[in-house]
Amino acid sequence: MQSMVLKRLLTAVALVAATGLTFAGDLTVSAAASLTNAFKEIAQNYEAQYPGAKVALNFGASGALLQQMAKGAPVDVFASADQETMDLAEKQGLVAAGERRDFVRNSLVLIEPADSKPVITRLEDLGHPAIKRVAIGNPASVPVGRYTKHALEAAKLWSVVEAKAINTQNVRQSLDYVARGEVDAGFVYATDAALMKEKVRVALEVPLDIAISYPIATTAASSNGDEARRFVGFVLSPAGQSVLKKYGFRQP
Amino acid sequence: MDAAWAALSLSLKVAGWATTINLILGVAVGYALARLRFPGRDLLDTLLTLPMVMPPTVLGYYLLVLMGRRSWIGAWLYDGFGINIIFTWQGAVIAASIVAFPLVFKPARAAFEAVDGQLEQAARVLGISELGIFFRVTLPLAWRGILAGVLLAFARALGEFGATLMVAGSIPGKTQTLSIAVYEAVQAGQDDVANTLVLITSAVCVVVLMAAGRLAPGRIANR
Repeated sequence: MQSMVLKRLLTAVALVAATGLTFAGDLTVSAAASLTNAFKEIAQNYEAQYPGAKVALNFGASGALLQQMAKGAPVDVFASADQETMDLAEKQGLVAAGERRDFVRNSLVLIEPADSKPVITRLEDLGHPAIKRVAIGNPASVPVGRYTKHALEAAKLWSVVEAKAINTQNVRQSLDYVARGEVDAGFVYATDAALMKEKVRVALEVPLDIAISYPIATTAASSNGDEARRFVGFVLSPAGQSVLKKYGFRQP
Repeated sequence: MDAAWAALSLSLKVAGWATTINLILGVAVGYALARLRFPGRDLLDTLLTLPMVMPPTVLGYYLLVLMGRRSWIGAWLYDGFGINIIFTWQGAVIAASIVAFPLVFKPARAAFEAVDGQLEQAARVLGISELGIFFRVTLPLAWRGILAGVLLAFARALGEFGATLMVAGSIPGKTQTLSIAVYEAVQAGQDDVANTLVLITSAVCVVVLMAAGRLAPGRIANR
Protein backbone atom coordinates (compact mmCIF):
# COMPACT_ATOMS: atom_id res chain seq x y z
CA MET A 1 0.00 0.00 0.00
CA GLN A 2 2.73 2.37 1.01
CA SER A 3 4.86 1.51 -1.99
CA MET A 4 1.83 2.24 -4.22
CA VAL A 5 1.60 5.75 -2.79
CA LEU A 6 5.33 6.20 -3.14
CA LYS A 7 5.26 5.08 -6.77
CA ARG A 8 2.46 7.46 -7.64
CA LEU A 9 4.28 10.26 -5.89
CA LEU A 10 7.46 9.55 -7.81
CA THR A 11 5.55 9.43 -11.10
CA ALA A 12 3.97 12.76 -10.31
CA VAL A 13 7.34 14.30 -9.47
CA ALA A 14 8.87 12.93 -12.65
CA LEU A 15 6.00 14.32 -14.73
CA VAL A 16 6.29 17.75 -13.20
CA ALA A 17 10.04 17.73 -13.72
CA ALA A 18 9.70 16.61 -17.32
CA THR A 19 7.31 19.41 -18.28
CA GLY A 20 10.03 21.87 -17.36
CA LEU A 21 12.45 20.39 -19.87
CA THR A 22 12.43 21.21 -23.53
CA PHE A 23 11.41 18.37 -25.79
CA ALA A 24 13.29 17.33 -28.89
CA GLY A 25 10.75 19.14 -31.08
CA ASP A 26 11.28 22.46 -29.31
CA LEU A 27 13.26 25.18 -30.97
CA THR A 28 15.33 27.79 -29.16
CA VAL A 29 15.83 31.04 -31.03
CA SER A 30 18.32 33.65 -29.81
CA ALA A 31 17.50 37.01 -31.39
CA ALA A 32 18.73 40.60 -31.11
CA ALA A 33 16.76 42.74 -28.63
CA SER A 34 15.48 44.99 -31.43
CA LEU A 35 13.64 41.97 -32.90
CA THR A 36 11.65 41.32 -29.69
CA ASN A 37 8.15 42.35 -30.81
CA ALA A 38 8.44 41.13 -34.40
CA PHE A 39 9.87 37.72 -33.48
CA LYS A 40 7.25 37.12 -30.79
CA GLU A 41 4.60 37.53 -33.46
CA ILE A 42 6.50 35.45 -36.00
CA ALA A 43 6.92 32.62 -33.49
CA GLN A 44 3.19 32.70 -32.77
CA ASN A 45 2.34 32.53 -36.47
CA TYR A 46 4.89 29.75 -36.95
CA GLU A 47 3.41 27.67 -34.15
CA ALA A 48 -0.05 28.23 -35.62
CA GLN A 49 1.07 27.11 -39.06
CA TYR A 50 2.96 24.03 -37.83
CA PRO A 51 0.92 22.40 -35.05
CA GLY A 52 3.13 20.73 -32.47
CA ALA A 53 6.01 23.12 -33.06
CA LYS A 54 7.18 25.04 -29.97
CA VAL A 55 9.48 28.04 -30.21
CA ALA A 56 11.36 29.36 -27.17
CA LEU A 57 12.64 32.90 -27.69
CA ASN A 58 15.73 34.35 -26.03
CA PHE A 59 16.37 38.08 -26.54
CA GLY A 60 19.41 40.20 -25.69
CA ALA A 61 22.26 42.21 -27.13
CA SER A 62 23.71 40.25 -30.06
CA GLY A 63 27.14 40.20 -28.41
CA ALA A 64 25.69 38.76 -25.20
CA LEU A 65 23.80 36.10 -27.19
CA LEU A 66 27.04 35.18 -28.94
CA GLN A 67 28.80 34.70 -25.60
CA GLN A 68 25.97 32.46 -24.37
CA MET A 69 26.39 30.23 -27.43
CA ALA A 70 30.19 30.28 -27.12
CA LYS A 71 29.79 28.97 -23.55
CA GLY A 72 27.53 26.17 -24.75
CA ALA A 73 23.95 27.45 -24.56
CA PRO A 74 21.64 25.07 -26.51
CA VAL A 75 20.47 27.40 -29.27
CA ASP A 76 19.06 26.34 -32.65
CA VAL A 77 18.71 29.64 -34.51
CA PHE A 78 20.70 32.85 -34.08
CA ALA A 79 19.58 36.24 -35.44
CA SER A 80 22.04 39.09 -34.96
CA ALA A 81 21.60 42.84 -35.46
CA ASP A 82 24.95 43.19 -37.20
CA GLN A 83 27.28 41.32 -39.52
CA GLU A 84 30.25 41.63 -37.15
CA THR A 85 28.71 39.46 -34.43
CA MET A 86 27.66 36.84 -36.99
CA ASP A 87 31.19 36.93 -38.46
CA LEU A 88 32.54 36.11 -35.01
CA ALA A 89 30.00 33.30 -34.59
CA GLU A 90 31.04 31.88 -37.97
CA LYS A 91 34.73 32.16 -37.13
CA GLN A 92 34.19 30.30 -33.86
CA GLY A 93 32.27 27.58 -35.69
CA LEU A 94 29.07 28.31 -33.78
CA VAL A 95 26.74 28.66 -36.77
CA ALA A 96 26.31 26.16 -39.57
CA ALA A 97 28.57 27.14 -42.47
CA GLY A 98 26.88 28.49 -45.60
CA GLU A 99 23.45 28.84 -43.99
CA ARG A 100 23.65 32.50 -43.13
CA ARG A 101 21.07 34.80 -44.76
CA ASP A 102 20.42 38.53 -44.42
CA PHE A 103 16.73 38.96 -43.65
CA VAL A 104 16.03 42.62 -42.80
CA ARG A 105 17.52 46.09 -42.76
CA ASN A 106 17.12 48.87 -40.24
CA SER A 107 18.26 52.44 -39.73
CA LEU A 108 19.88 54.28 -36.82
CA VAL A 109 18.08 57.26 -35.31
CA LEU A 110 18.82 59.80 -32.60
CA ILE A 111 15.88 60.31 -30.23
CA GLU A 112 14.90 62.76 -27.50
CA PRO A 113 12.19 62.47 -24.81
CA ALA A 114 8.89 63.57 -26.41
CA ASP A 115 8.14 66.14 -23.71
CA SER A 116 11.57 67.80 -23.81
CA LYS A 117 12.42 71.02 -25.62
CA PRO A 118 13.83 70.06 -29.05
CA VAL A 119 17.56 70.73 -29.03
CA ILE A 120 18.97 68.45 -31.69
CA THR A 121 18.59 69.14 -35.37
CA ARG A 122 22.08 68.09 -36.45
CA LEU A 123 24.46 65.46 -35.05
CA GLU A 124 26.80 68.30 -33.92
CA ASP A 125 24.10 69.49 -31.48
CA LEU A 126 25.07 66.59 -29.21
CA GLY A 127 27.82 68.96 -28.02
CA HIS A 128 25.17 71.43 -26.78
CA PRO A 129 25.38 72.01 -23.00
CA ALA A 130 21.68 71.13 -22.60
CA ILE A 131 22.54 67.59 -23.68
CA LYS A 132 24.14 66.14 -20.58
CA ARG A 133 23.55 62.43 -21.00
CA VAL A 134 23.29 60.28 -24.07
CA ALA A 135 22.24 56.61 -23.96
CA ILE A 136 24.45 54.44 -26.14
CA GLY A 137 24.55 50.66 -26.30
CA ASN A 138 27.90 49.42 -24.97
CA PRO A 139 30.00 49.17 -28.16
CA ALA A 140 31.80 46.10 -26.78
CA SER A 141 28.73 43.89 -26.96
CA VAL A 142 25.76 45.83 -28.36
CA PRO A 143 25.53 46.31 -32.16
CA VAL A 144 23.55 49.57 -31.96
CA GLY A 145 26.43 50.98 -29.90
CA ARG A 146 28.91 49.85 -32.51
CA TYR A 147 26.94 51.54 -35.29
CA THR A 148 26.68 54.66 -33.14
CA LYS A 149 30.40 54.75 -32.43
CA HIS A 150 31.13 54.25 -36.10
CA ALA A 151 28.86 57.14 -37.14
CA LEU A 152 30.17 59.49 -34.45
CA GLU A 153 33.79 58.70 -35.26
CA ALA A 154 33.12 59.46 -38.90
CA ALA A 155 31.59 62.79 -37.83
CA LYS A 156 34.56 63.44 -35.48
CA LEU A 157 32.16 63.66 -32.52
CA TRP A 158 32.96 60.46 -30.60
CA SER A 159 35.19 62.09 -27.97
CA VAL A 160 32.53 64.77 -27.30
CA VAL A 161 29.72 62.24 -26.91
CA GLU A 162 31.75 59.57 -25.09
CA ALA A 163 32.05 61.91 -22.09
CA LYS A 164 28.25 62.10 -21.92
CA ALA A 165 27.59 58.45 -22.69
CA ILE A 166 25.46 56.21 -20.50
CA ASN A 167 26.34 52.69 -21.59
CA THR A 168 23.36 50.38 -21.90
CA GLN A 169 23.05 46.60 -22.08
CA ASN A 170 20.88 46.55 -25.19
CA VAL A 171 18.97 48.88 -27.48
CA ARG A 172 15.71 48.56 -25.54
CA GLN A 173 17.39 49.87 -22.39
CA SER A 174 18.49 52.98 -24.33
CA LEU A 175 14.91 53.39 -25.52
CA ASP A 176 13.59 53.03 -21.97
CA TYR A 177 16.01 55.61 -20.52
CA VAL A 178 14.99 58.18 -23.15
CA ALA A 179 11.28 57.42 -22.69
CA ARG A 180 11.65 57.97 -18.91
CA GLY A 181 13.54 61.21 -19.47
CA GLU A 182 16.59 59.95 -17.53
CA VAL A 183 18.83 60.85 -20.47
CA ASP A 184 18.58 63.79 -22.86
CA ALA A 185 19.09 61.77 -26.02
CA GLY A 186 19.78 58.24 -27.18
CA PHE A 187 20.70 56.18 -30.21
CA VAL A 188 18.25 53.43 -31.17
CA TYR A 189 16.95 51.77 -34.33
CA ALA A 190 14.09 53.37 -36.23
CA THR A 191 11.98 50.29 -35.43
CA ASP A 192 12.50 50.79 -31.68
CA ALA A 193 11.59 54.48 -31.79
CA ALA A 194 8.39 53.57 -33.66
CA LEU A 195 7.25 51.43 -30.69
CA MET A 196 7.18 54.41 -28.32
CA LYS A 197 5.96 57.22 -30.54
CA GLU A 198 4.12 58.98 -27.71
CA LYS A 199 7.19 59.03 -25.45
CA VAL A 200 10.17 59.63 -27.74
CA ARG A 201 10.74 61.99 -30.66
CA VAL A 202 13.04 61.16 -33.56
CA ALA A 203 15.43 64.12 -33.92
CA LEU A 204 17.22 62.80 -36.97
CA GLU A 205 18.21 59.72 -38.89
CA VAL A 206 21.92 59.13 -38.36
CA PRO A 207 23.93 58.97 -41.60
CA LEU A 208 25.92 55.74 -41.89
CA ASP A 209 28.28 54.55 -44.60
CA ILE A 210 27.53 50.92 -43.75
CA ALA A 211 24.18 49.17 -44.03
CA ILE A 212 22.47 47.93 -40.87
CA SER A 213 21.51 44.48 -42.05
CA TYR A 214 20.50 41.56 -39.84
CA PRO A 215 21.78 38.04 -40.58
CA ILE A 216 20.08 34.84 -39.39
CA ALA A 217 21.57 31.33 -39.30
CA THR A 218 21.02 27.89 -37.86
CA THR A 219 23.61 26.91 -35.28
CA ALA A 220 26.21 24.17 -35.63
CA ALA A 221 25.23 22.71 -32.25
CA SER A 222 21.53 22.44 -33.08
CA SER A 223 20.17 18.98 -32.36
CA ASN A 224 17.21 19.83 -34.53
CA GLY A 225 18.63 21.08 -37.83
CA ASP A 226 15.57 20.44 -40.02
CA GLU A 227 13.22 22.27 -37.70
CA ALA A 228 15.74 25.12 -37.33
CA ARG A 229 15.99 25.48 -41.12
CA ARG A 230 12.19 25.43 -41.39
CA PHE A 231 12.01 28.35 -38.91
CA VAL A 232 14.66 30.34 -40.80
CA GLY A 233 12.71 29.64 -44.01
CA PHE A 234 9.56 30.95 -42.33
CA VAL A 235 11.30 34.20 -41.32
CA LEU A 236 12.47 34.68 -44.92
CA SER A 237 9.06 33.76 -46.40
CA PRO A 238 6.42 36.39 -47.28
CA ALA A 239 4.56 35.42 -44.06
CA GLY A 240 7.58 36.27 -41.93
CA GLN A 241 8.60 39.32 -43.92
CA SER A 242 5.14 40.87 -43.70
CA VAL A 243 5.33 40.79 -39.89
CA LEU A 244 8.79 42.38 -39.95
CA LYS A 245 7.56 45.02 -42.38
CA LYS A 246 4.66 45.82 -40.07
CA TYR A 247 7.20 46.69 -37.34
CA GLY A 248 9.12 48.95 -39.72
CA PHE A 249 11.95 46.67 -40.81
CA ARG A 250 12.98 47.00 -44.46
CA GLN A 251 13.65 44.26 -46.99
CA PRO A 252 17.28 43.08 -47.09
CA MET B 1 44.24 46.49 -15.24
CA ASP B 2 43.73 50.18 -14.44
CA ALA B 3 40.06 49.70 -15.16
CA ALA B 4 40.00 46.79 -12.69
CA TRP B 5 41.52 48.93 -9.92
CA ALA B 6 39.12 51.75 -10.70
CA ALA B 7 36.23 49.29 -10.37
CA LEU B 8 37.65 47.93 -7.11
CA SER B 9 38.15 51.33 -5.51
CA LEU B 10 34.67 52.39 -6.60
CA SER B 11 33.17 49.21 -5.13
CA LEU B 12 35.00 49.82 -1.83
CA LYS B 13 33.85 53.45 -1.80
CA VAL B 14 30.22 52.52 -2.44
CA ALA B 15 30.25 49.65 0.08
CA GLY B 16 32.03 51.83 2.65
CA TRP B 17 29.45 54.59 2.44
CA ALA B 18 26.57 52.13 2.43
CA THR B 19 27.97 50.43 5.53
CA THR B 20 28.48 53.73 7.36
CA ILE B 21 24.92 54.81 6.59
CA ASN B 22 23.58 51.43 7.67
CA LEU B 23 25.62 51.44 10.86
CA ILE B 24 23.97 54.66 12.00
CA LEU B 25 20.45 54.04 10.68
CA GLY B 26 20.46 50.30 11.39
CA VAL B 27 21.49 50.74 15.03
CA ALA B 28 18.99 53.56 15.56
CA VAL B 29 16.10 51.66 13.97
CA GLY B 30 17.09 48.38 15.63
CA TYR B 31 17.14 50.12 19.02
CA ALA B 32 13.81 51.84 18.41
CA LEU B 33 12.12 48.61 17.37
CA ALA B 34 13.58 46.71 20.33
CA ARG B 35 12.55 49.25 22.96
CA LEU B 36 9.54 51.20 21.77
CA ARG B 37 6.00 49.87 21.69
CA PHE B 38 3.81 51.44 19.05
CA PRO B 39 1.01 50.33 16.74
CA GLY B 40 2.30 49.04 13.39
CA ARG B 41 5.65 47.98 14.83
CA ASP B 42 5.46 44.52 13.26
CA LEU B 43 4.39 45.98 9.95
CA LEU B 44 7.33 48.41 10.01
CA ASP B 45 9.71 45.56 10.80
CA THR B 46 8.31 43.59 7.86
CA LEU B 47 8.62 46.53 5.46
CA LEU B 48 12.22 47.20 6.51
CA THR B 49 13.09 43.52 6.04
CA LEU B 50 11.62 43.44 2.53
CA PRO B 51 14.87 44.35 0.72
CA MET B 52 16.37 41.09 1.99
CA VAL B 53 13.82 38.93 0.19
CA MET B 54 12.74 41.10 -2.76
CA PRO B 55 14.54 40.69 -6.08
CA PRO B 56 17.10 43.50 -6.53
CA THR B 57 15.49 44.31 -9.88
CA VAL B 58 12.24 45.13 -8.10
CA LEU B 59 14.11 47.45 -5.72
CA GLY B 60 15.96 48.96 -8.67
CA TYR B 61 12.68 49.64 -10.39
CA TYR B 62 11.19 51.22 -7.26
CA LEU B 63 14.22 53.47 -6.94
CA LEU B 64 14.18 54.41 -10.62
CA VAL B 65 10.51 55.35 -10.38
CA LEU B 66 10.94 57.15 -7.03
CA MET B 67 14.12 59.09 -7.76
CA GLY B 68 14.07 59.48 -11.54
CA ARG B 69 13.79 62.91 -13.11
CA ARG B 70 10.05 62.45 -13.71
CA SER B 71 9.28 61.55 -10.10
CA TRP B 72 8.44 64.29 -7.61
CA ILE B 73 11.48 63.54 -5.45
CA GLY B 74 13.79 63.46 -8.47
CA ALA B 75 12.26 66.58 -10.01
CA TRP B 76 12.45 68.45 -6.68
CA LEU B 77 16.11 67.55 -6.20
CA TYR B 78 16.99 68.40 -9.78
CA ASP B 79 15.04 71.64 -10.14
CA GLY B 80 15.80 72.89 -6.64
CA PHE B 81 19.39 71.84 -6.13
CA GLY B 82 20.60 70.52 -9.47
CA ILE B 83 21.10 67.12 -7.84
CA ASN B 84 20.77 64.05 -9.97
CA ILE B 85 20.80 60.62 -8.37
CA ILE B 86 20.30 58.30 -11.32
CA PHE B 87 23.60 57.34 -13.04
CA THR B 88 25.77 58.60 -10.18
CA TRP B 89 27.86 56.74 -7.60
CA GLN B 90 25.65 58.27 -4.92
CA GLY B 91 22.77 56.43 -6.58
CA ALA B 92 24.79 53.22 -6.24
CA VAL B 93 25.29 54.00 -2.52
CA ILE B 94 21.53 54.40 -2.03
CA ALA B 95 20.84 51.10 -3.82
CA ALA B 96 23.51 49.24 -1.85
CA SER B 97 22.37 50.78 1.46
CA ILE B 98 18.78 49.70 1.00
CA VAL B 99 19.71 46.19 -0.07
CA ALA B 100 22.04 45.71 2.91
CA PHE B 101 19.91 47.51 5.52
CA PRO B 102 18.05 44.45 6.92
CA LEU B 103 21.39 42.74 7.55
CA VAL B 104 22.25 45.46 10.08
CA PHE B 105 18.97 46.36 11.73
CA LYS B 106 17.74 42.77 12.22
CA PRO B 107 20.76 41.59 14.27
CA ALA B 108 20.88 45.01 15.98
CA ARG B 109 17.29 44.63 17.15
CA ALA B 110 17.95 41.09 18.37
CA ALA B 111 21.14 42.22 20.16
CA PHE B 112 19.36 45.09 21.94
CA GLU B 113 16.53 42.79 22.97
CA ALA B 114 19.04 40.38 24.49
CA VAL B 115 20.61 43.06 26.71
CA ASP B 116 19.76 42.46 30.37
CA GLY B 117 17.46 45.29 31.49
CA GLN B 118 18.71 44.98 35.08
CA LEU B 119 22.13 46.28 34.08
CA GLU B 120 20.56 49.38 32.55
CA GLN B 121 18.40 49.74 35.65
CA ALA B 122 21.49 49.59 37.84
CA ALA B 123 23.13 52.34 35.79
CA ARG B 124 20.00 54.42 36.09
CA VAL B 125 20.06 54.00 39.88
CA LEU B 126 23.67 55.18 39.85
CA GLY B 127 22.47 58.38 38.21
CA ILE B 128 23.81 57.99 34.68
CA SER B 129 21.86 59.87 32.00
CA GLU B 130 19.77 57.94 29.44
CA LEU B 131 22.24 58.86 26.68
CA GLY B 132 25.10 57.74 28.90
CA ILE B 133 23.36 54.43 29.57
CA PHE B 134 22.97 53.81 25.83
CA PHE B 135 26.62 54.48 25.00
CA ARG B 136 28.22 53.04 28.14
CA VAL B 137 25.99 50.07 28.93
CA THR B 138 23.55 49.06 26.21
CA LEU B 139 25.69 49.56 23.10
CA PRO B 140 28.82 47.83 24.50
CA LEU B 141 26.67 44.82 25.47
CA ALA B 142 24.97 44.64 22.07
CA TRP B 143 28.09 45.49 20.09
CA ARG B 144 29.14 42.02 18.97
CA GLY B 145 25.80 41.16 17.44
CA ILE B 146 25.72 44.49 15.64
CA LEU B 147 29.26 44.13 14.31
CA ALA B 148 28.50 40.74 12.79
CA GLY B 149 25.60 42.30 10.92
CA VAL B 150 27.66 45.29 9.81
CA LEU B 151 30.34 43.08 8.27
CA LEU B 152 27.73 41.02 6.43
CA ALA B 153 26.18 44.25 5.19
CA PHE B 154 29.55 45.42 3.88
CA ALA B 155 30.00 42.15 1.99
CA ARG B 156 26.47 42.34 0.61
CA ALA B 157 26.93 45.98 -0.48
CA LEU B 158 30.21 45.06 -2.16
CA GLY B 159 28.47 42.41 -4.24
CA GLU B 160 25.34 44.44 -5.09
CA PHE B 161 24.50 44.12 -8.76
CA GLY B 162 20.88 44.23 -9.90
CA ALA B 163 19.53 47.36 -8.25
CA THR B 164 22.83 49.18 -8.81
CA LEU B 165 22.87 48.44 -12.53
CA MET B 166 19.33 49.77 -12.88
CA VAL B 167 19.83 52.93 -10.83
CA ALA B 168 23.46 53.85 -11.45
CA GLY B 169 24.03 52.31 -14.86
CA SER B 170 27.44 51.10 -15.96
CA ILE B 171 29.75 54.06 -16.58
CA PRO B 172 33.41 52.98 -16.47
CA GLY B 173 35.27 54.83 -13.71
CA LYS B 174 32.08 56.48 -12.43
CA THR B 175 29.45 53.86 -11.61
CA GLN B 176 30.91 50.62 -12.95
CA THR B 177 31.50 48.60 -9.78
CA LEU B 178 33.40 45.30 -9.67
CA SER B 179 30.33 43.11 -10.04
CA ILE B 180 29.05 45.17 -12.99
CA ALA B 181 32.49 45.21 -14.63
CA VAL B 182 32.52 41.39 -14.42
CA TYR B 183 29.12 41.24 -16.11
CA GLU B 184 30.20 43.64 -18.89
CA ALA B 185 33.41 41.71 -19.52
CA VAL B 186 31.56 38.39 -19.80
CA GLN B 187 28.92 39.92 -22.11
CA ALA B 188 31.67 41.19 -24.39
CA GLY B 189 33.58 37.90 -24.34
CA GLN B 190 36.63 39.48 -22.64
CA ASP B 191 37.44 36.40 -20.60
CA ASP B 192 40.91 37.63 -19.54
CA VAL B 193 39.44 40.82 -18.07
CA ALA B 194 36.69 38.77 -16.42
CA ASN B 195 39.28 36.41 -14.91
CA THR B 196 41.25 39.30 -13.39
CA LEU B 197 38.13 40.90 -11.95
CA VAL B 198 36.81 37.62 -10.56
CA LEU B 199 40.12 36.89 -8.84
CA ILE B 200 40.24 40.38 -7.32
CA THR B 201 36.65 40.05 -6.10
CA SER B 202 37.30 36.64 -4.56
CA ALA B 203 40.43 37.91 -2.82
CA VAL B 204 38.57 40.92 -1.39
CA CYS B 205 35.78 38.67 -0.10
CA VAL B 206 38.27 36.37 1.62
CA VAL B 207 39.94 39.37 3.27
CA VAL B 208 36.58 40.72 4.45
CA LEU B 209 35.56 37.37 5.96
CA MET B 210 38.93 36.95 7.66
CA ALA B 211 38.66 40.46 9.07
CA ALA B 212 35.19 39.56 10.30
CA GLY B 213 36.63 36.56 12.12
CA ARG B 214 39.35 38.70 13.72
CA LEU B 215 37.12 41.60 14.72
CA ALA B 216 34.47 39.47 16.35
CA PRO B 217 36.31 36.51 17.86
CA GLY B 218 34.06 33.79 19.19
CA ARG B 219 31.07 35.32 17.49
CA ILE B 220 31.78 34.38 13.90
CA ALA B 221 34.99 32.35 13.91
CA ASN B 222 33.73 29.65 16.24
CA ARG B 223 30.34 29.27 14.71
